[in-house]
Amino acid sequence: MIRSITQKKTEEELDQLLTGIARIFIIGCGTCVTMTHTGGTPEVTEIKEKLLKKGKLVTGDLVLPVACDNLTAEVLHENRSKIDLADGLLILTCAFGVQTIARQVKKTTIPGLDTLFIGKETGLGQFDEICTQCGSCILGETGGVCPVTSCHKGLVNGPCGGTKNGKCEIDEKKDCAWTLIYNRLKDLNRLDLMKRYQKPKNFQREPRPGKYWLTPT
Amino acid sequence: MVSLFKKALESKKFVVTSEVAPPKGTNLEKIKHHIELLKNKVDGINITDHQSSVMRYPSLGGALLVKEMGGEPILQMTCRDRNRLALQADLLFAYSRGISNVLCLTGDSILMGDHKEAKGVFDMDSSQLVATIRKLEKGKDLGGNDLDGAVSFCAGAIVTPEANPLEPQLIKFEKKVEAGAEFIQTQAIYDLDLFKHFMEYAEQFPVKVLAGVILLTSAQMARFMNKNVAGVNVPQNLIDELSTAPKGRAIEKGIEIAGRMIKKIRKQKLCTGVHIMAIGREELVPEIMSAAELG
Repeated sequence: MIRSITQKKTEEELDQLLTGIARIFIIGCGTCVTMTHTGGTPEVTEIKEKLLKKGKLVTGDLVLPVACDNLTAEVLHENRSKIDLADGLLILTCAFGVQTIARQVKKTTIPGLDTLFIGKETGLGQFDEICTQCGSCILGETGGVCPVTSCHKGLVNGPCGGTKNGKCEIDEKKDCAWTLIYNRLKDLNRLDLMKRYQKPKNFQREPRPGKYWLTPT
Repeated sequence: MVSLFKKALESKKFVVTSEVAPPKGTNLEKIKHHIELLKNKVDGINITDHQSSVMRYPSLGGALLVKEMGGEPILQMTCRDRNRLALQADLLFAYSRGISNVLCLTGDSILMGDHKEAKGVFDMDSSQLVATIRKLEKGKDLGGNDLDGAVSFCAGAIVTPEANPLEPQLIKFEKKVEAGAEFIQTQAIYDLDLFKHFMEYAEQFPVKVLAGVILLTSAQMARFMNKNVAGVNVPQNLIDELSTAPKGRAIEKGIEIAGRMIKKIRKQKLCTGVHIMAIGREELVPEIMSAAELG
């Protein structure tokens, strides 16, 4: 399943973001951030205790089932008395959750996490970025491995000179996407696909901010 | 405008190029000194483009300096710091100022350098940059618009003949040649038998190859490159040879090794020429050339 992969902000940054906010309501999420141990029940409890020690007043806390879901509006409504008492909301969800909540509640919203990428759990406690939603899918010519996402430089015509023993120049724990693509296409006897010249990519297929209608307007 | 470097590539002579690095700052004394030392000795001087992703005086500025001083510049251009508008604009500018050789590179990762939080651009890659040059030469930009005044360049790219795995690099090499690369500079080579194999393959293609020679300054430096530089493999016998040099004299051994390699490449007619890289010790290039019994 596609997941939002997050990391906790440093205590220092959080302290700065919470300056002047005395009464805080904390929100976590039961989905992706629970899996990554960044915004589930244990993390909400942990940050609550930290804030209390720092002299903050916590008006309440809650872990939404799926923060980015439309049902979030109803859950927030049910908790409005405690939310209303707060000066700000500390939100331990991914950026989708933060934005969903910010649209519902007229309060200062502080993200407690940084959203790193959209990916999936590929091993126990290991998460990999899979797709960057570039809008022009090249997977048909790359053996199902995405170089736009999995190559550090997003190269579409083959590896750079920094690849070393199948690993990336920036981190030997990261695979060279083009070695993976090469091996895969070789197995499929389709190296002809790799030899095909790819023109400079269209980065404006769906110009930011992305918007899409099922029925053209 | 005729590229003197291109003329050299097409002649029967053994071509020698080298490179200089722009300064971190505006003090041009050192680079001018290096250009002065090299300009009448080599067929082309590469000017590196924020090498290792370290912010410096631009390669375009360095190339102009080479031109002004009467040398033959080979402008290195990476795709790391400029999008397709900026790259095309710089190519127009370079041509308008008499720079007629370009080496197209993808560029090291931002993370290798001294501005690690910057955004790497990579709007294009090296093969696309070569193709862009060929398009600009036809009087059109990448958007398909007409140019009022086209360009003309001797365009090249690079290859790593000792990469592991090698075949993906060779596929990219073929794409660069198909895109219109006229010359290919290689990453540093140290194993001439491996290089011979590479040349047997490369000779099928209509492209001139300049073998990359990096000056080894000490056994420690050789080990460092083996560990940290992709596609560079200094064999143990050369490391041992550097280790035998008396204290403080390893550099002389390095010059001897580089000279010996160049001499072999030339005598065995392995390729069109060599590209000598004496990273940080550019003033030693003339000595390497003497050791190689060149000009």
